[in-house]
Amino acid sequence: MTDRIEQRINSLNKRLNSEKRFRIYCIGAMSFALAWVLILFLNIFSSGYSAFYRTVIQVDVPFLNLIEDTTQFSEMSSEDINNLSMYSFSKKAIYRLFPDIEEKKDKKMLIRLFSIEFEQEIREFLKSNKSNINETETIYLTASDDVDQVNKGNYPRDLDEDKRRIKDIQLLFFDDLVDRGLVSYEFNLPFLMRGDSREPELAGVGGSIVGSLFTILVVLILSFPIGIFAAIYLEEFAPKNKVTDFIEININNLAAVPSIVFGLLGLGIILNTFGLPRSTPLVGGIVLSLMTLPTIIIATRASLRAVPPSIREGALAVGATKMQAVMHHVVPVAMPGALTGTIIGLAQALGETAPLLLIGMVAFVVDVPQTPLDASASLPVQVYLWSESAERGYVEKTSATIMMLLGFLILMNLAAVLIRRKFETKW
Amino acid sequence: MGFILIALIILIGITSYFLGNLRAKNLRTSNQKNLKSLSHYYGYYVALWAVVPALLILLMITSFKSFFIEQYVLSDFIALGSYTETELSLLFTQIENTAMGIKLFDENTILIDGAVNKLNYINKTSENLTYVTVLGFSGLLVLYSIFNINHKLNSRKIVEKFLIVLYFTCSLVAIMTTVGIIFSLLYETLRFFSQVPITDFLFGLNWSPQRVFVREAGDLDTRDLANAFGAVPLFAGTFLIALIAMCVSVPVGLLTAIYMSEYASPKVRDWAKPIIEILAGIPTVVYGFFAALTVAPLVRDIGQGAGLTVSSESALAAGFVMGIMIIPFISSLSDDVIKSVPQSLREGSYAMGATKRETIVKVLLPAALPGIVGSFLLAVSRAIGETMIVVMAAGLNAKLTANPLDAATTITTQIVVILIGDQEFDSPKTQSAFALGLTLFVVTLALNFIALQVVKKYTERYD
Repeated sequence: MTDRIEQRINSLNKRLNSEKRFRIYCIGAMSFALAWVLILFLNIFSSGYSAFYRTVIQVDVPFLNLIEDTTQFSEMSSEDINNLSMYSFSKKAIYRLFPDIEEKKDKKMLIRLFSIEFEQEIREFLKSNKSNINETETIYLTASDDVDQVNKGNYPRDLDEDKRRIKDIQLLFFDDLVDRGLVSYEFNLPFLMRGDSREPELAGVGGSIVGSLFTILVVLILSFPIGIFAAIYLEEFAPKNKVTDFIEININNLAAVPSIVFGLLGLGIILNTFGLPRSTPLVGGIVLSLMTLPTIIIATRASLRAVPPSIREGALAVGATKMQAVMHHVVPVAMPGALTGTIIGLAQALGETAPLLLIGMVAFVVDVPQTPLDASASLPVQVYLWSESAERGYVEKTSATIMMLLGFLILMNLAAVLIRRKFETKW
Repeated sequence: MGFILIALIILIGITSYFLGNLRAKNLRTSNQKNLKSLSHYYGYYVALWAVVPALLILLMITSFKSFFIEQYVLSDFIALGSYTETELSLLFTQIENTAMGIKLFDENTILIDGAVNKLNYINKTSENLTYVTVLGFSGLLVLYSIFNINHKLNSRKIVEKFLIVLYFTCSLVAIMTTVGIIFSLLYETLRFFSQVPITDFLFGLNWSPQRVFVREAGDLDTRDLANAFGAVPLFAGTFLIALIAMCVSVPVGLLTAIYMSEYASPKVRDWAKPIIEILAGIPTVVYGFFAALTVAPLVRDIGQGAGLTVSSESALAAGFVMGIMIIPFISSLSDDVIKSVPQSLREGSYAMGATKRETIVKVLLPAALPGIVGSFLLAVSRAIGETMIVVMAAGLNAKLTANPLDAATTITTQIVVILIGDQEFDSPKTQSAFALGLTLFVVTLALNFIALQVVKKYTERYD
């Protein structure tokens, strides 16, 4: 008798233990998933935030050496300043930081502490302040990527000299400059404004942000009306027949087609058959709208379906035509849902990379695009491009680009949630 | 010029709406007779006549213009008859650039000067002509439609008919997209298979299309082509990486779904579910960057610590990160399916004295199995079609391997590798990417179809 009871208790304990274990597995799995969200974000943020400020080195530029009287600058046009030969003058201004060095090699090393556009930066300063240039002006020049990374502590200083890009003598110069208080940080505005560059310290996401905006604009213009009209037709007007069924099957299938196939479509049909210009946000937008259309149609149909029939029937009962009932009464009520779907579709399109690679939006574009017909990159493509580069400076730039991309996506999704909360009607 | 013209057309459309509206109101007051529709429908009616044909004509003109201009400019050269088609189009580009002020020709012959002049002339004329035709057409139709308004005309019906046709056309875009995909893939693929036998492509063990590229200068015999386009290593690599991804995402996703639907309190659910779904919203290029820069070195270091040789582009790293990406697809779909199992089944099981685990494993999972399998299949099709993670983190060289620590390449990676940058279109190398694309398209469609069928066929109907 007691044996049987013990047996029962044992088996019960076993079952309860396995219940506990199972629960722990479940919690473990969920924590694993949650942990990766955290790891991903921490990883990106910790390596990316430093791209939002940059190292500048303070240099005194003796403009008197360039011209006899600095007031003359105010009479010069921008073109005149562009024609001034300033290269050796700019170099001399930098040499003045260390007047003692004589050797050519050391001088070259000193120049390499700065970004290669130092002459251009001095010229720009001159252009924007030409009316009141003093004999000597203090200018903050962009440091080279290596210096920038050393200053931010991203670059190991204790490697052997031949294993690092920055040389001992440059570190010596740099430390001296730090001691003299000439090295400082400033907000990295150029990063947000400029186009791409082969030099990490000069590369910016401005071009790809504008490219992304143009692309999204094209997607919005194309897919919002088409998606909503298609949804209205399928949900409200379509007769139950084979054509309608076929359209529905197509839409559901398209939603599952891998995005890269849309890239092949863009390459084969839009570029080669229709001959639209390569690498442009226009083509990118067309391809991405085809990709996002199913999302928008499905979301809009769901929200049209959620409108209670009483609204439709009420309108019909007071003499509205079918079209009037739908357009004046059903669609306005379903609009928040349609908008939410559209925004989510746009967010998808904004983060999409693969189709854009195939239609050539991977071009190296220095200029910020002016119209949707200019060659440009987009934010995710910029991430891809920079992640292929070897320089240390591009790592933080890539992460920072991802941060901005994620920022845009979070904003769009928040907007979608807010629209749903604010305008959704409960029946 | 296109934007200005479109803006003008829209402006005409808005004006003509008011004109039509006004005309209808006037008719109503002067004739003391009722019109068939409300006044503003007559406005829409006139506006439609103003805008729609004009836009269609503009579209037609822009699509055929370049052809006619080229014919006209090159007419002297075509008359000579000594140029091939490609030479002619090259010549046209050169003439275009010369017209823009770029010096391309060593000496300007009379023919070229003439062509440049012709180009400048025709560009200007055609622009003016476009404006005149489109705006003239629009204006004439506005006049026609305004005078067409009378009390017998039911403009509401016409406008509504137009809207229905417009809506229907929009819904056809989905079909056109599918047709476009199939056409573009099939066209190039067939041309590819005319040079490389399909069996070589499907069963060949060696993938090295760049060799064709190198050998292009010489004549390439078929044996070489056959050896270059065996896609089995790509299929194997795709399968390997998808398998690794599923090994990560299936247990995690399923257990997460079980926790969410059966154990979690509503509060935990409300927080955890959206956070996990963030994983689905993160762009794949971000995962690729994460895999290439963080996970791959980590995997390599751990592997080397254990004394293994790990490739720096190991399939394991790419597959693992892809698995994390897929977790939310499995967890939210399975969650929905498990939740939709009727409460009575749970309660029946508890009433028999079963623990929660026993209820889940023995009652709920079998009942929800079709849906869960469906979600797995959808996840697999996701994993196969995923591009950026493998492009950035998996290998680029095709090598037949089953070792997850080795570098493996996938179908999508090869498509990108082949088609990125400049391609010449008649090489089998470029066409092979389309053949891969078609394979991918067919496989993912089949998987989705099977998933749907599984869900439809085996789902038990309760109550």
